[in-house]
Amino acid sequence: MMPDLDLAAVWAFIIAFAVFMYVVMDGFDLGIGILFPTFKAGEERSQAMNAIAPVWDGNETWLVLGGGGLLAAFPLAYAIILPATYPLIIAMLLGLVFRGVAFEFRWRDPRHERFWDFSFFAGSLVAAMSQGMILGALLQGIDVDGRAYGGGWLDWLSPYSLLTGLGTVAGYALLGSTFLAMKVTGRAEDHAYSLAWKAAIATLALMAAVSLATPFLFRQYWDRWFEMPNILFAAQVPLLTGVIFFALLRSLSKKRRYRPFLLALGLFALGMIGLGISMWPYVIPDSVTIWQAAAPERSQVFMLIGTVIIMPIILGYTAWAYWVFRGKVEEGYH
Amino acid sequence: MDFLPSALTLARIQFAFTVSFHFIFPAFSIGLASYLAVLEALWLKTGKAYYLDLFKYWLKIFAVAFAMGVVSGIVMSYQFGTNWSVFSDKAGGVIGPLMAYEVLTAFFLEAGFLGVMLFGMKKVGKRLHFAATLMVAIGTFISAFWILSVNSWMQTPTGHIMSPDGRFLPGPSWSAIIFNPSFPYRLVHTVIAAYLTTAFVVGAVGAWHLLRGHATDAVKTMFSMAMWMAALVAPIQIFAGDMHGLNTLEHQPAKVMAMEGHYESHPNGAPLYLFGIPNEKEQRLDYAIGIPKASSLILKHDPDAPLAGLDTIPDEDQPPVSIVFWSFRIMVGIGFLMLGLGAWSLLARTRRRLYDWPLLHRAALLMGPSGFVAVIAGWITTEVGRQPFTVYGLLRTADSVSPLAAPAVAASLAAFVVVYFAVFGIGTWYILKLMSHPPHPGESGIEGIEGGPLRTAGITPGPTQNPTREQGGERLPDDDGAGESHS
Repeated sequence: MMPDLDLAAVWAFIIAFAVFMYVVMDGFDLGIGILFPTFKAGEERSQAMNAIAPVWDGNETWLVLGGGGLLAAFPLAYAIILPATYPLIIAMLLGLVFRGVAFEFRWRDPRHERFWDFSFFAGSLVAAMSQGMILGALLQGIDVDGRAYGGGWLDWLSPYSLLTGLGTVAGYALLGSTFLAMKVTGRAEDHAYSLAWKAAIATLALMAAVSLATPFLFRQYWDRWFEMPNILFAAQVPLLTGVIFFALLRSLSKKRRYRPFLLALGLFALGMIGLGISMWPYVIPDSVTIWQAAAPERSQVFMLIGTVIIMPIILGYTAWAYWVFRGKVEEGYH
Repeated sequence: MDFLPSALTLARIQFAFTVSFHFIFPAFSIGLASYLAVLEALWLKTGKAYYLDLFKYWLKIFAVAFAMGVVSGIVMSYQFGTNWSVFSDKAGGVIGPLMAYEVLTAFFLEAGFLGVMLFGMKKVGKRLHFAATLMVAIGTFISAFWILSVNSWMQTPTGHIMSPDGRFLPGPSWSAIIFNPSFPYRLVHTVIAAYLTTAFVVGAVGAWHLLRGHATDAVKTMFSMAMWMAALVAPIQIFAGDMHGLNTLEHQPAKVMAMEGHYESHPNGAPLYLFGIPNEKEQRLDYAIGIPKASSLILKHDPDAPLAGLDTIPDEDQPPVSIVFWSFRIMVGIGFLMLGLGAWSLLARTRRRLYDWPLLHRAALLMGPSGFVAVIAGWITTEVGRQPFTVYGLLRTADSVSPLAAPAVAASLAAFVVVYFAVFGIGTWYILKLMSHPPHPGESGIEGIEGGPLRTAGITPGPTQNPTREQGGERLPDDDGAGESHS
């Protein structure tokens, strides 16, 4: 039926898409949480919360698809990566517990609003940091023994994974602040623009640091980025990143409404492309390729049929839900 | 670290703990989502305001419960990889796609329409809003479909092929995997359990307010609807449970032996043990009190039919008897109590005393949490009864666990216990606080309905137009204070 279709490659793209959707969508939710304490308690924080309350659950569902999709399409990778990053995964999940319930609880109990505000902040920060460190732990390589994780339970902890963790926190803060700039009004809006400026600088600095450190981790990374003729293609990524970053700062200083967020999405897209250039065709760098980790062909075909039909529908009603809650948070309520 | 149990034991405890906690919330939200859809439909059809009041009242409770279900559910979706990685590698090709379909067809649907359901009525209008409520309700049902298919396949695996290296590969027919032999029974039994769980919570809240003298239309309606559910569905559930039990006897006989306490085989008809204390060491049931031949009658519809006992199962393949034996009795006992309350409510109706019989209301109040206990007891019966296997008869639990160090699992287990009790305990407290007030005319649940509050806040609006917010979250400025006494 599909003689020449490389199912593993197709699924690698689908999982990458789900991860990207998660990172940018829950990224701005978590970013708002990370920046939450800098907003004034009460009205400003309520505005920030209301900007994401109707959509955060849908955003987080992409994380379940990323994890579930990995189990379904690349069970071996799922079975190796999760035990290898065990404490980070647990920390992320518990962070998401606090972050998720805070949306509901802070309104139910005004006397403990500050506590749930703090939970929202701390949960978001821990989840973001953990996610960034999971990425770092994956990029620096995982000790594989047969079909299982073969390393110790603290192997993930390294200066490099701390760097990717911080980079993710800064990047999410950038997404969150530029998203808020679109959605809130008054003093909170001004504050969001000034936060976005700082987050953009921090993101660029950390992205650059990660990009400089990565090629030294594995020979493959180095070859991909610096060997001829790869460098001719690969070099476009940092060049474009520079252009987008410049445009981002300009749009922030001119206080454009939508452009900063869209440009921040562009930065994340380039980051994702950069990741793909480094890792392809490995799902666990230097150990397991996408073909070695792939689920049986029947599993991949069965899921592909459903995904091709259902994914456009999901994107459709998700877009509709965003459309329903379009505009500034306070608009439409008078 | 010799004092620690093995990583395997700890991983089992962690899974049991996180899944039991998680299961409470979907068991409630599956039923509640349907109840909300029914209430909104009745409001649209009749235009009676108390249906809308009830809808908005239960919507706030739904929102808190749903948030807790979401966050504890995300934990579950990663537990397969963190703690059961060998199982994930071996069975991922079969169960992974089913779980992925759950995300694609259920989770996105629920999450996508939840925001509109919770505070989009003014933005999209009544009809579209009702459609969103329906989508959320349908989503909870689709989710139950897929996850129970996965669970049932682990109980009664069919449709797969074993690879030479011991991995499960899907066979040519996915429907053989999805619609495995125990799936229809388990799906029906579990979904009805969720409906009953919700009905008893709703009934208890109605009973509470009747006892406190708030016999408003809304309160009477919720109590009456819940009691209809109990009266009509509890008998169906007992029948469905019996069918499920027969199916289990066919496919997982050892589980039924443990449930019934049959250590020994009974060649001439087996008794139904009403009481007894399983003695795992001596492999017998101490202090057994039983009805002769009744077990054979129930399970084989013939009092003299022989019934095999655990003595026919190798020791290493036996489930832990005590847990299964007791959890099964708790579930069945609650089922019959539910049946009794439903029958009592019918009697009260014929005597026109449904809203005027304090003893009935006290019983309904007492039975409020019974659904949760029954659901968890049932879950323990079926899951512990599957032991010592993850995939029944084919893959042992001991061969499914991640290669983790015990201290790592112990630390994460401790963290889960502390966080879950704290966070979900507080959430339950908030739900009880919401329930402690009766629904009242002009109930605020969704922003912007008929000149209601103006600001959306959180998933459900909190105290609105109340910048100082010194009042409780459920107290609203449009409250006239009627029926709000805290005495």
